[in-house]
Formats: sequence, structure tokens, C-alpha cells
Amino acid sequence: MSWADIGDYIRNTQLWKSIFRHPAPRDRRNRVVVMLTNVFLHLHPVSVRKSGIDLSYTWCMGGITFFLFLVETVTGVLLMFYYRPTLEHAYNDILSLRDVTTLGILRELHRWGAHAMVITIWLHMYRVFLTGSYKPPREFNWGVGVILLVLTLLLSFTGYLLPWDQLAIWAITVGSNMARATPLMGYEGPGSKLLQVGGVELIHSGSDARFLLLGGRFVGETTLLRFYVMHCVALPLAAALLIAVHFWRVRKDGGISGAL
Amino acid sequence: MHDHYGLSGSLQTGIGLFYFLVMLMNVGFALYQWYDRKDQLQTIIWGAVSAIFGIHAVAYLLHFGWAIFPWLQHAIDYAMGPTTYFLLAVVGFTVLLYFRAFFTDPVVAWSILMITLWFSGLAMTNINFKDIITKPDNVPIVMLIFSVGFVTWLALRKAVINDERIAAGQPPVEKEMEEKVLVWPDLVYTELIAMIICTLILIVWAIVLKAPLEQPASSARIPNPSKAPWYFLGLQEMLVYYDPWMAGVVLPTLIIKGLMALPYIDFNQKGNGYYTFNERKFSVTTFLFGFLVLWCVLIVLGTFLRGPNWNFFGPFEPWDPHKNVPLNNVNLSDYFWLYLLGMSTEGHWFLRELPGLLFVFGYLFVLPPLLAKTIFRDFFIRMGFVRYMILITLIQFMACLPIKMVLRWSINLKYIVFIPEYFFNI
Repeated sequence: MSWADIGDYIRNTQLWKSIFRHPAPRDRRNRVVVMLTNVFLHLHPVSVRKSGIDLSYTWCMGGITFFLFLVETVTGVLLMFYYRPTLEHAYNDILSLRDVTTLGILRELHRWGAHAMVITIWLHMYRVFLTGSYKPPREFNWGVGVILLVLTLLLSFTGYLLPWDQLAIWAITVGSNMARATPLMGYEGPGSKLLQVGGVELIHSGSDARFLLLGGRFVGETTLLRFYVMHCVALPLAAALLIAVHFWRVRKDGGISGAL
Repeated sequence: MHDHYGLSGSLQTGIGLFYFLVMLMNVGFALYQWYDRKDQLQTIIWGAVSAIFGIHAVAYLLHFGWAIFPWLQHAIDYAMGPTTYFLLAVVGFTVLLYFRAFFTDPVVAWSILMITLWFSGLAMTNINFKDIITKPDNVPIVMLIFSVGFVTWLALRKAVINDERIAAGQPPVEKEMEEKVLVWPDLVYTELIAMIICTLILIVWAIVLKAPLEQPASSARIPNPSKAPWYFLGLQEMLVYYDPWMAGVVLPTLIIKGLMALPYIDFNQKGNGYYTFNERKFSVTTFLFGFLVLWCVLIVLGTFLRGPNWNFFGPFEPWDPHKNVPLNNVNLSDYFWLYLLGMSTEGHWFLRELPGLLFVFGYLFVLPPLLAKTIFRDFFIRMGFVRYMILITLIQFMACLPIKMVLRWSINLKYIVFIPEYFFNI
């Protein structure tokens, strides 16, 4: 029996046929069918312009960004088994990931993947701009992409706090200090003093935008919980939703670039 | 092995391996010139360059202890400051775009890369430079510099080629790749290979470099400098020139809104689906200036060149927390009332700040119509009032950073408008 025979045998079993309802994608017809009958492959169209598979044209950065999002999701879920977002445990859990835990390298994968994702999403945007791919009919999808860029930065920013070391809290302190300068909504922001009722200030350090972000007047345990929930649940869900819209619109708008 | 220059053995081995890889790159480039381009002169040149890097590799692998010349370090540190750094970036950007055909020529671009790599290796022999570059969380910025440099070259190169073709009456290269190919197998396999390569890179990176973990968080010990995550350091650098409400809230918001508004402002229908510069001069120049100079260059500045108290330090300068930089910045109101008219600045804030408020009012509301009448006349006619005003306002906010920089450097201007009563300082 040759390898090809074994392959044919497997493809003729009831199990295989129940999963893949067509022969191997060797001829043109089945290469089309394979794209239509698989939910993951169906993210793609059946055929694309030749420029769409030319790496020197696309740089592959959008695809890599999505791949890194998946890497972050998988490593992130696994890290959640090891990490408790409390003042008592957070730092020590990271410490044990570094020194004791068998798969502690997950943290490195997660952190470097996050840095890489920030770079690749910028490069993706750079390519889309320089090829004029935001022009009609893709104006809306460019906007979705900008929100995804913001979500990526927020995901990275919220994750930065979780190790609860000096690097983490001071980076978040520097970053979130900006919020108290929000016009009208921050207690050191221009115009906030104007928001008074009968001489009582509505916007103070216990009610302003920074307080909302941190859940307190400084970066503390409430902040850790808030950032943890944002990082692990809210922001990934929002990103996943918009990624779906983004991909769907790429297809509906006639591929990754070029006039219709 | 011991050396006399204080360079550790492992560092020298590392630099030696680095130069060895660069030598291999040049051997590859020489072979490409020989077999593909059939260019004897280029083959000889790059063969010689390979030899030079080979000598460096051997010298470092044998721990000769070659260090970067002290006079060069001092000269660079002495010449570098926020002003010179930013001006050099702007000049470099302008020259790059203007002479894009020259700079994107593969041999020229390769030469620039080789000089950069040669200097990078040599610079690593300086302990201050090495420490800041190899901080684990700073490694992404090194990757950012090289990857942005590479794709900028690639895009401009393709744009130059396309522009030449368009000028000669031919379609851009991408237009000749319009025919369709099946996604299975071509695209699916490319994606699979890309995923495997990314996984490999990520695993090697994770093994080689440990994720940073400093001392446990303590609100009592404030690190100096305190820095935001690296991708926000361009914004943190803006804090030198603007208060947090501008640098941390208004300008970032406008960056996001401006990006989202971009497809609706850019009325130019050309350049959709191919690289070009000539057909989109204004939009490409503006975007590149924003991304390369105002974003990436400022991130590099904020990460590598800003030390304790957010003071500027040259790339080879030790981070001395006691470095004393005189702050003698003056507000516009002082300039006007004290220096120009010899009067006092006491009194109601509105009167005190009237010159600055008028300046800002003029900038935001008088300048756009003036520009619509003059250099942006064509834009105004083609875009209509609303789109023109959005474009001009966004560009004005983008320009307000370089404007404030120049005012700070030239006349030590601190605030144009200074109303601390309402935290309204511009």
C-alpha cells in the first residue's frame, strides 16, 4: 500500500466524509468547494487578485496581526489559570510563572506577542494607507480598523498593569494621569471648575474621568480588578466582534484593495 | 579572556556573531549582484564590504576589545539635543522624500542599512547605549525602527517604479496583477507558512529574552524616569510642550478622529490599490510626516533619549539623575505686557491673556479662510466648506506640536495662553 492509497482510504471513511463533504482539493472544482464548505476557510473568498497574494504588496501584516490576536487569546486563557488579580497574589503569581511554573514561558509568549501585535497593526495600517486601500468603497472598513487599533493599544495598556511590579503601576500611573486633565470631565481639566451646583463642585478627584478609569484616586486594587476584567473579557470581546465586521467588510468591499 | 577596555566577553561574542551575520548578508548581496545583476563592480564592492564585516566579526569573536572611539561618542552626545534630534529627523525626512528615487535605489538603500548596522554594532560597546537598547521592553522599538525603515523603503521603491511607469503611459505594476488566482492553494499555504514562521520567531524570542519583572509595586518609591508603555512615549514627549489636557487627551483624540475621517477628507480618487507618490503627494507626505516624524521618531526619543526628570541624554551619555537643565521658559503674556510694554501682568486673567487668546483665535479661525484664499484655494474649491474646514483643523492641530517646539527652542516660550485658574494652558 502506498501513501496515496492510505490517503484515499482515509478520505473514504464515513468519519472523514462526515467532516469534509467533498474530495481532496486537487482539481479546480474541489479547490472552490473546499473554500465554501469550511467555516474558517470561508473567511476568504474563493479567488483573489494576484496582487493579493504578493507579499511585497500586502506585507501580510493584517493577517499576522490577526494571528497574534489568536496567540494572545490562547496564551491569555492559559495564563488566567495561574494568575489572580489581587494585591496579595498578583505579583507572586507572575514571580512563580517566571521561576517555578512549568509553562511559565507562556508569559513571555504573551508579552512579546502583544508588543509584536502593536507593531504589526501599525505596519498593516501603513500598508493600507500607502496603497490607498481606504479609498471608496472601503472608507467604513478603515474606520473599523482604526477602532481595532485603539482596542489593541488599550488591550496592551490594560495588560501592562497586571504583573503589579514597579514597571506596571508607574506606567499606568503616568498614562492614567492624563485622564484627570480631560476637559470638563477631569478635575484638573480645563472647564471642570465651571461644573458647579450651588457652589458644590461636581467634578472632583473622587468623581472624574480618572476615578472612573482607576476605580479610585490612585492605582490600587480596584484598578487591578478593573484592568483585569477589561483586559480579559470586555476588550477581547469588542475586538473579536469588530474583527468579524472588519473581515466581512473586506470581502463585501471587493477584496483587500483596489477599485471595484 | 580579559581585555583592557572593560568590555565583557559575552558582549564581544554577541557583537562578533552580529557582525558575522551582517557579513553573510553582504556575501548574499554580492552573490545577487554577480548572478542576478551580472554587475562585476558591485560584486567586488560588496565582497570587500563582506571582508570588512568579517574582520570585525573575527576581532570581536577573539575579544580584541574594540570600543567605539571616545571622541565620536562625545561628539554625538554633544551635538544631540531635543532640537538637533528633531530637526535632523525633519531634514532627513524631507531629503528622503525629495530624493526618493535616489534613496530607494537598492544599492543606496543597502549601503545605508550597512552603515547603520556597522554603527549599531560599534555603539553597543558603549555601556550606556547597550543598557538602554537591550532593556527587554525596549527591544520592540529596535524591531520597530528596522521594520518601519524596511517597509518605508519598500513602499517608496514601489511608488517610484509605478510613478515612472505612469509617466511613461503604462499602468502601475499592481494593475497587471488583476487576474484572479484561487485562494486554495496559493493564499492558504502562504498563510500557513506565515503562521509557522511567526510562531517560530515568537518562541525563539520568548526563550532568549525573559519578560521583565521589577520590584513589587510600591506607591512610595517613584521611579525616575516614570515612563508610559513604549507605544505611548510619543504622547509623553508631547507633555514637554503641552499640558496633559492637550498632549494626553485632545491631541490623541484628534489623532483617532483624524484617522477615521481620513477617507472622507481625501477626495483624490487616484492611487487606489497601488503604491504611488506623485499621484498623492499631499496625503502621502502628510501621513508619512505624522507617522514617521511625529509618532515613530518621538517614540524613539522618548524611549532611548529621555532619562531622569525627562531630561534629554545623548545615546552614550550616562543617565545622571542630578543633571541640571536650566528652565527659563516665559509665557506669551509676560513677553507682551512685561517686556514689550513694560507693564505689570497683574489683573484679570482675561486681560492678561488677551494677546495669547487672540493668537489662538487667529490661528484657529482667521488662518483657515486666509489659506482657502491662497495656497489651499484649489482644495477649498474642490472639497467644499465642511470638508475643507475639517481637513484644515486637523492639519492645524497636527502642526501645533512642531509650532510649539519651534517657539520653545527659539524664544523659550512656555505657554501661549496661561490661565491656571481654569487649568486652561496652551
